[in-house]
Amino acid sequence: MLKDLFYILVFPGFLFLSLFALFAEFIDRKLYARLQNRVGPPWFQPLADFIKLSAKEDIIPAAANQNIFKTMPVFVLASVVTAFLYIPLWKEKALFSFNGDVIVVLYLLTIPTLGFFVGGWYSSSLFARIGSVRTITQLFTYEVPLFMGILASALLANTWSLSEMTQFYSAHPYYWVFNLIGFAVSLLALLGKLEKTPFDIPEAETEIVAGSFTEYSGRLLAFLRLGIDIEMIVGSALLSAVFLPFGFNLAPALGFILFLVKVLFIVCLLSLARTVAARLRIDQMISFCWKYLTPLALLQIVVNLILKAGLL
Amino acid sequence: MHDSHKFKIPIGPQHPALKEPESFSVALKGEKIMGVDIRLGYNHRGIEKACEERTFLQDVYLVERVCGICSHSHSTCFVQAVEEIAGLEIPARAKYLRTLIAELERVHSHLLWLGVAGHEIGFDTLLMYTWRDREIVMDILAQFTGNRVNYGLNTIGGVRRDIDASQVKDALKAVDTLEERTKYYIEIATSEVTIIKRLSGVGVLSYEDAIRLDAVGPTARASGVKRDVRKNDPYAAYADVSFDIITDDHSDVYGRTVVRLKELLESFKIIRQVLHNLPAGPIVIKAPRKIPAGEAISRYEAPRGEDVHFVKSNGGEKPERAKIRAPTLANVQAVKHMLKDRFLADMPIVIAAIDPCFSCTDRAIEISRPGEKRKEVITWPALHDYSIGWHREHGIDFSALNKKLKKGFKTS
Repeated sequence: MLKDLFYILVFPGFLFLSLFALFAEFIDRKLYARLQNRVGPPWFQPLADFIKLSAKEDIIPAAANQNIFKTMPVFVLASVVTAFLYIPLWKEKALFSFNGDVIVVLYLLTIPTLGFFVGGWYSSSLFARIGSVRTITQLFTYEVPLFMGILASALLANTWSLSEMTQFYSAHPYYWVFNLIGFAVSLLALLGKLEKTPFDIPEAETEIVAGSFTEYSGRLLAFLRLGIDIEMIVGSALLSAVFLPFGFNLAPALGFILFLVKVLFIVCLLSLARTVAARLRIDQMISFCWKYLTPLALLQIVVNLILKAGLL
Repeated sequence: MHDSHKFKIPIGPQHPALKEPESFSVALKGEKIMGVDIRLGYNHRGIEKACEERTFLQDVYLVERVCGICSHSHSTCFVQAVEEIAGLEIPARAKYLRTLIAELERVHSHLLWLGVAGHEIGFDTLLMYTWRDREIVMDILAQFTGNRVNYGLNTIGGVRRDIDASQVKDALKAVDTLEERTKYYIEIATSEVTIIKRLSGVGVLSYEDAIRLDAVGPTARASGVKRDVRKNDPYAAYADVSFDIITDDHSDVYGRTVVRLKELLESFKIIRQVLHNLPAGPIVIKAPRKIPAGEAISRYEAPRGEDVHFVKSNGGEKPERAKIRAPTLANVQAVKHMLKDRFLADMPIVIAAIDPCFSCTDRAIEISRPGEKRKEVITWPALHDYSIGWHREHGIDFSALNKKLKKGFKTS
């Protein structure tokens, strides 16, 4: 019981995850800045931002629904931290696992988006409302390719459990090469989930200020931002567990370092993508996801079905 | 009950997309723009009126401050009008130097615009790159004139600062660097998929509409209108240099981007010619303090389009009337047309594509229609009373405090 609590709250749970998320935000911002010919922030900047925001006054619009407005950041944070517990990190087995947990993790990762929608909608600001509608529109476009990309990998492993998937890929090294299409599709879909350029349509600052987050301030905003950072880590960890399933049998310290490298590698890919692209329009994103990403994910499924018939 | 299908959102007066206060009230249906109400007037500074209170020479520095980006444009346009009234023929070297600074200003304005356009479509990398390169031309401007934005170069009868050979060498080197970078930006703008997706087909202004709505500058040229004061009505040294008017037939924001980028290359061509053929001689002739009675209109191709100044003198030290028509005023009419049936996401870039400068544009105008007695001008005391009444209505009342203060002053 005490051990579980330690896992959940300290390592590799909430505390470790928060610090790692802030560090990943630093890597993201620094790399983004260096690629743009800027100096970029010092390593403690994300933490300093968090502390500064926490010390600020919380302003809640009088017309907003107080309870929903206040609980959404907690909701977002809780769901992403929970999702993390089911993802295999540097061992083949995650902290907790059961058959079907891959679906649960994907659903838990959907909750932040719904949280942004509900929080933005009930903050009663026009900009937040448009942002919310865009958030939910976007959800319907990237979620399908993301699910299909990850489930295609599960299909090949013939299991619905993330831990068993990593065990399968450890037992069959180099099988992960077959899932590279799925990896590319999921990476792009993850950009949409994290609302990063070119898919940062729901928080396009030159159009709708900050989208769903327009009315958030102070501590609530600090926790929302922490939630988004953690979502980035959890999403990257999920992708690294599913699509880069190697090196799980190393010594614990080495495996841990490899895990960090894998996650930061995906974070770097994400910041690279947001450096080299302009923001799309919502209609362009919808057609991009349905015309290109989803067929590619379908192709991955077909490839895996053929492989399964041929290889296993 | 609210109607969630159609609502109005305020873009401005305070909004991250706008660098200056201006109000665009957008009626939306989903993401689609149903109508836009544009309201100017948040930045009125009364410069035209202030011009009448100052001498001609003081006015040169005042009109330079009409715009922060095209400051040289306004001051040149103004002194050209004054010189025409006074019948002054300025030295050739002064004309060349004015042309030189004008083109350097166009380079810095267009690079600035490209960065802003990148930011409006969420491409911050482009912003960072172009603004970095803009520093090169800013440094050259600072070297030539001593200032980065309000150059203070013009005076009635010529220019105030000369340049020497070493400065010419530096400028030529900088132009080479800038040309290389500009070619890179042209390559990016014409090949990067997301940029093209966001720009092409957005904010279309057909050739006929550009003529009808009187668009000027790159906005008009991107619709195929061959309209450039530098060619049509050459001033300064533009008659002596060879360059082309860049036009494009895309008629959309993409076309405006291409026009501006290609114009940069033309500007480099002009700068090189001016630097190589700089005539020797004086840079200024003595101008009279009192300008003879008369009036003149001066036209100038500012980076954003045609700038028009009208100056009227009654033979005294101060102008009787100065009227400034900034290019934005000509182009802002077209924005409403461009936004028809577009998406909310296109709004920032469509507005930015005319390179608006609202504080240059704001004027107070009294409209009196024949037969109507309604007067819409509000006097200063009336505005004061209105403000006090408005605050009292909203629960802020200073009358008690005022009484207390008065008492306090009396006792002490």
